[in-house]
Amino acid sequence: MKIRVDMAKCETHAQCVFAAPEAFSLDDDDELVYDANPDDALRAKIEQAVLACPVQAVFIEQG
Amino acid sequence: MRRIAIVGAGLAGFSAGQELRRLGFDGDLTVIGAEPHRPYRRPPLSKEHLLGESDLSLRGADELGAAWRLGRAATGLDLERRAVLVGEAAIGFDGLVIATGLRAKSLPEGTALPGVHFLRGLDDARGLRREIEARPRTVVVGGGFIGSETAATLRGLGLEVTLISGRPVLRSALGAEVGAIAEAMHREHGVEVRTGRMAGVSGTGRVERVHLQDGGTVTADLVVAALGAEPETEWLRGTGLGDGDGVMVGADGLVAPGIAAAGDVARWPHPLHSGRTLRIEHYANAAEQGAHAARALLGGIGPYTPLPNFWSHLYGRRLQAVGFTGADCESRLVAQEPGHRFMAEYRHRGRLVGVAAAGFARAMPEYRQRIAQALAPVAETAEGPPDTGVVSGGPTSQRADERAG
Repeated sequence: MKIRVDMAKCETHAQCVFAAPEAFSLDDDDELVYDANPDDALRAKIEQAVLACPVQAVFIEQG
Repeated sequence: MRRIAIVGAGLAGFSAGQELRRLGFDGDLTVIGAEPHRPYRRPPLSKEHLLGESDLSLRGADELGAAWRLGRAATGLDLERRAVLVGEAAIGFDGLVIATGLRAKSLPEGTALPGVHFLRGLDDARGLRREIEARPRTVVVGGGFIGSETAATLRGLGLEVTLISGRPVLRSALGAEVGAIAEAMHREHGVEVRTGRMAGVSGTGRVERVHLQDGGTVTADLVVAALGAEPETEWLRGTGLGDGDGVMVGADGLVAPGIAAAGDVARWPHPLHSGRTLRIEHYANAAEQGAHAARALLGGIGPYTPLPNFWSHLYGRRLQAVGFTGADCESRLVAQEPGHRFMAEYRHRGRLVGVAAAGFARAMPEYRQRIAQALAPVAETAEGPPDTGVVSGGPTSQRADERAG
């Protein structure tokens, strides 16, 4: 699956890191880094990350 | 299961609906919400949303394929007929998700004067924003997350703000050390913090004064009552499924056969909490438990064992917390830096059970892992952190929110 994070919106609440640590993490500067093509098996966790993000910055790309 | 009704159109109910669809449920889905709005994010209501209108709606509601019955709260539940009652209407179901969240605690009698506001829903925030334009002298009653955030946001607009709190600000949620930091931030920014309890209000046609139980009086053009919230279970009266403590969920994720519950209203035995029951009033929990309720309804799940996590905003600083941080844990500041950056650890019987911090975002995922590991054996030894049984916070559900988020 393909995902995208709107980095202009991201406020580093780290809710996505909590929901799906396999796909999201924070780097040394507290910036979010993520795997734009996570395994399909992570879909439930990714959907939780989308929902849990307080600023709705995480998107699942269609197709 | 062909017909599923979700009562509560907040994040928990919405998450349940999404998970039902993701799991392949293609039957009739009805979402019943007391507010006229589709699911939206509640945490901003005490924060940036007081500064200006923005789109808080949760993405994906249109794609849910649900019938939305909004603007009227459920009035009853007929267990025999398996129907949710909304006034005269009865909505039959095979499966039910209870996600009615919380409602603001009512005020002492005689305080319903114009100029006295609650802050729980989107329309409350809009009403409050209209009042703010006149730059009123504002009294915020309640030193929890909603009260603290609202005071900070309104002070940020340059309003004269008094924060009245029965206990030191944020103390019950985060302990004395972090509470003292929050209170210092309020004072530094010019909020007058007063310890006390509201006895009532008075004024001619509109609120003019807040009276405290100690006899003191505070002049007020606007009062925001943030006295906490309680589970919305009135509509379950007579069913035995819910009371003032919420709706009890079993280890199988169900309240009764074919009935699940999620979010701020749900109480359940937490394995990390030595099997005692608790409710978690945080944003992320509403999302997670909503999905869990959906899985429970469709059958076959394990116990629900989330670690609480929430955030709050104060004067541009974001406070984050993970785990159990209540005043009954022993808290200790492990870092304190200029600009109100800090980190506090929470222990119970020597065991790390929680952390709260501002300005240490990257440390949080690591702490979360450490705390989960530290607590894991607790489930087996049946020895967990003490708690009042409510992990409250943000406007998470404003509520929640919160939610803290």
